[in-house]
Amino acid sequence: MARIIVVTSGKGGVGKTTSAAAIATGLALKGNKTVVIDFDVGLRNLDLIMGCERRVVYDLVNVIQGEAGLNQAMIRDKRTDNLYILPASQTRDKDALTLEGVEQVLDKLSEDFDYIVCDSPAGIERGAQLAMYFADEAIVVTNPEVSSVRDSDRILGLLASKTRRAEQGQDPVVERLLITRYDPNRVDSGDMLNLEDIQEILAIKLIGLIPESEAVLRSSNSGVPVTHDQDSDAGQAYSDTVARLLGDEKPLRFHQLQKKSFLSRIFGGGRR
Amino acid sequence: MKLLEFLKRERKKSASVAKERLQIIVAHQRGQRGQPDYMPMLERELLEVIRRYVEVEQDAINISLDSEDDCSVLELNVTLPNRG
Repeated sequence: MARIIVVTSGKGGVGKTTSAAAIATGLALKGNKTVVIDFDVGLRNLDLIMGCERRVVYDLVNVIQGEAGLNQAMIRDKRTDNLYILPASQTRDKDALTLEGVEQVLDKLSEDFDYIVCDSPAGIERGAQLAMYFADEAIVVTNPEVSSVRDSDRILGLLASKTRRAEQGQDPVVERLLITRYDPNRVDSGDMLNLEDIQEILAIKLIGLIPESEAVLRSSNSGVPVTHDQDSDAGQAYSDTVARLLGDEKPLRFHQLQKKSFLSRIFGGGRR
Repeated sequence: MKLLEFLKRERKKSASVAKERLQIIVAHQRGQRGQPDYMPMLERELLEVIRRYVEVEQDAINISLDSEDDCSVLELNVTLPNRG
């Protein structure tokens, strides 16, 4: 039985796809057989972030409509063993996904994967609700910014009511907070919500904190999930997040102001 | 010392303003969770009716639906302006 994890946020542009790609990669690097599914029908991007955009032949909608088998549609990641990508359709509209179809695909994948990571589209419409419906766990990606926090709270409301676990009265979906684009400098100067405030407002457990980092854009430019860049703060922060998902206790990093050394003050910061 | 305190007393930081605003809006959002979809409409129409008789502010009305076991209670709070 696979654990189904949805990466969601409500608001767009906060780092859902980046996080889904980085977390799925991290899970696979730790030896877990993992598949990451793009639920953003019509606006697929996970394939780009994973660097497999030229290898897409079939997609999730083809599988649901019976036009291709799962094994034809899944793309095996070139860099990481145990990692597969199931892309979204670029041409169909979002109504091409059905609850029954998604359930069948997830049931089938559950048989031989350890983790299924669902990359949710932005918004709270059908696509987002389908991505979260069968989840055991939800990673709510939030930026330290008012509209993102408010939308995350809306998503928490949906997770508590519009999921299979909620509707069937099972144990609720485990909700975890992932704060991204955190800038300790701006927090220190009082112009950015700090992580304690965000946790207090949303009242869910923190699973990770990803600092604002140049490495994220670098990794999406090259189509290599940032988890592979272990020299970078963001890459390390995602590895920590994955370790916590797997039950390890990892102290939080990158949330405090780095005291700049005398030399870096003169010559500017190092590589981030 | 007084001078130092004066210098330290800066304008309110934007992050704390953000936090206060979020606490209010999130509390409001949570109050609406699980409510039937017609509640906002009901609230608007009730306010309209009340306003035909008394001049009240837009936010003077507070409506909530509580369910206990097999009965639901619709609670309506209207703050009327001071008389005279």
